[in-house]
Amino acid sequence: MPTFTETLQRSYIECPEKVALTVLLHGREDQPITYRELIRGAAAWERTLKREGVQPGEVVILILQHSLDLIYAYWGTILHGAIPSIMPFLTEKLLPERYRSDLASLVSITRPEAVITYREFAPEVHTALGSGSSVRRVIVSDEVEPVGEVDFAAFGGLQRKPEDIVLLQHSSGTTGLQKGVALSHQAVFNQLQNYSNTLHLAPDDVIVSWLPLYHDMGLIAGFLMPILLRVPLVILSPFEWVRAPVRLLQAVTKYRGTLSWLPNFAYNFCAKKIRDHDLVGVNLSSWRAVSNCSEPMRYESHVLFLQRFAPYGLKASALCTCYAMAENVFAVTQGGIDAPVELDDIDREAMQVERVARPAQPGRPALTMVSAGPPLPNVQVKVMDEHGNPLPDRVIGELALHSDCMLTGYYHRDDATRKAIKDGWYYTGDYGYKVGEQVYVAGRKKDMIIVGGKNVYPMDLEELAMEVKGVHPGRVVAFGIFNEDAGTEDVVIVAEVETQDQAELNRISDEIRAVVTRGSAIALRHVHLVGPKWLIKTSSGKTARGANKEKYMKEVGLA
Amino acid sequence: MNTDMIQQLGAYIATNVLKQPNRVLSPDQPLITSGMVDSFSLVDLALFVEDTYHVHLDDSELNSDTFDTLAQLAALIEARAA
Repeated sequence: MPTFTETLQRSYIECPEKVALTVLLHGREDQPITYRELIRGAAAWERTLKREGVQPGEVVILILQHSLDLIYAYWGTILHGAIPSIMPFLTEKLLPERYRSDLASLVSITRPEAVITYREFAPEVHTALGSGSSVRRVIVSDEVEPVGEVDFAAFGGLQRKPEDIVLLQHSSGTTGLQKGVALSHQAVFNQLQNYSNTLHLAPDDVIVSWLPLYHDMGLIAGFLMPILLRVPLVILSPFEWVRAPVRLLQAVTKYRGTLSWLPNFAYNFCAKKIRDHDLVGVNLSSWRAVSNCSEPMRYESHVLFLQRFAPYGLKASALCTCYAMAENVFAVTQGGIDAPVELDDIDREAMQVERVARPAQPGRPALTMVSAGPPLPNVQVKVMDEHGNPLPDRVIGELALHSDCMLTGYYHRDDATRKAIKDGWYYTGDYGYKVGEQVYVAGRKKDMIIVGGKNVYPMDLEELAMEVKGVHPGRVVAFGIFNEDAGTEDVVIVAEVETQDQAELNRISDEIRAVVTRGSAIALRHVHLVGPKWLIKTSSGKTARGANKEKYMKEVGLA
Repeated sequence: MNTDMIQQLGAYIATNVLKQPNRVLSPDQPLITSGMVDSFSLVDLALFVEDTYHVHLDDSELNSDTFDTLAQLAALIEARAA
């Protein structure tokens, strides 16, 4: 079993001139980077970390824009044998104070030794860290050592063992940043070997990705897998894609892209927001697998996407599905590669009331479920009842998995690790059911909202909204409601207020939007202000999110 | 200042983005930096502007440096249409 550094070393020796990735940034020439260039650029960072006294096995947090700097610094940290973790960069919307407190909460748990960022951002990092932090070095990107000769023997990364932790992945928000998923070299390679076999990944494939690298889908499928396995990668900026989704399709056309991964909302977003005049010359016939992944997948979104882009060469057989999570490195299941994605028409009421996926009957409301496919060869999936007993086919329970590519643990969070892994099985917090080997995901046990592929913890948003003057502390609830049109969840906040004055209500509602967006980079779709005692609490005084969501939906006529 | 255009843009945002059709937005109220209009809604807004006023906003312009208020957006549209 190799390590990351050994794998890069082989590419450096065997195919130095092969293009590892092509970086597409708006307003610049496309930039092909060979393995030699990638490793030389990374080696400069390796020497920088050595100069700064960072030791192999220590954690380095990368706070950089989606850029070449980020790519080189990431691989340089790997070559050094240190453990990289990418923290999303501060966006213009996000309030610096909030960003600082998020960073501080990450640092307090993860206890990294170093942070790599830009010179102009370093003061922000120093302020966030305060005194007594674990961080001994804040390294700025322009102080990187010059690119020079590459001497693998000097790299700490060659001393790492397959079972050592190679990287950490954090999800966003205060809660997510306090749970870093720690993955070993071995786990990552076990995933890549099984996943690439499942995908029939070949050297003539081309992976095209616009996904952010701080998320497992972008990091594993759209960055590490292609580079480690020598499959050409074309990479775009997520910030540019969201403003011009056609860029993905243009990149697939130009580079004859074969595989991409998209969260469900992207199917709707591409289908609805791209104009015909922007599609001139677009040819998607090379796309053999577009995998819907990282938020609940919808049959309607696939239909929409196919109808819109079939005239541009998109094949129905290219529509694939994938159920994935950082805790399993990435993919748990994959559908649509060897056979079309399976669909399951089930009785809507039986699912909601009895928690059973009963085949639809004529004349009764039905729901088309999309299979996430069978588990990868090295992954077992079970559906569990609340006592941890396996459930039969078509009964909805919590999905649990066991594999040889699971997380080592949540970094410095033995409590969270113990809670999630029982008897070697990772409890996903997702509900689902099985039909034979096909896995269907059907909602979430955990109180999490997935908006645009991003995991959001409602308590983070509720705490922000409670800061607004006029809102009752402790009397706020946040939840997600699926928006058919957007193909993702809308975030709703319901808050109790005393006032009935319209101008004051407008002020409170605007301030809640502002404070939540600037505190979490999540835009609220609805702010619903209600009178005192509206919210339903549990007997222990906690907010019952599900019950409040139902009440809200009835009140606004959605249910 | 084109008050009709400002009113029309404001009504579009109130109805489609904020889901508060009765809201009246002031011409100088920050929309992007305040978190009211996010990047996904900006793409919709650009399509609305293109359909309604036949003015194209490039994707690189969809940020608060280009416009943050209804008045600024209306001024931009007028300058382009002229």
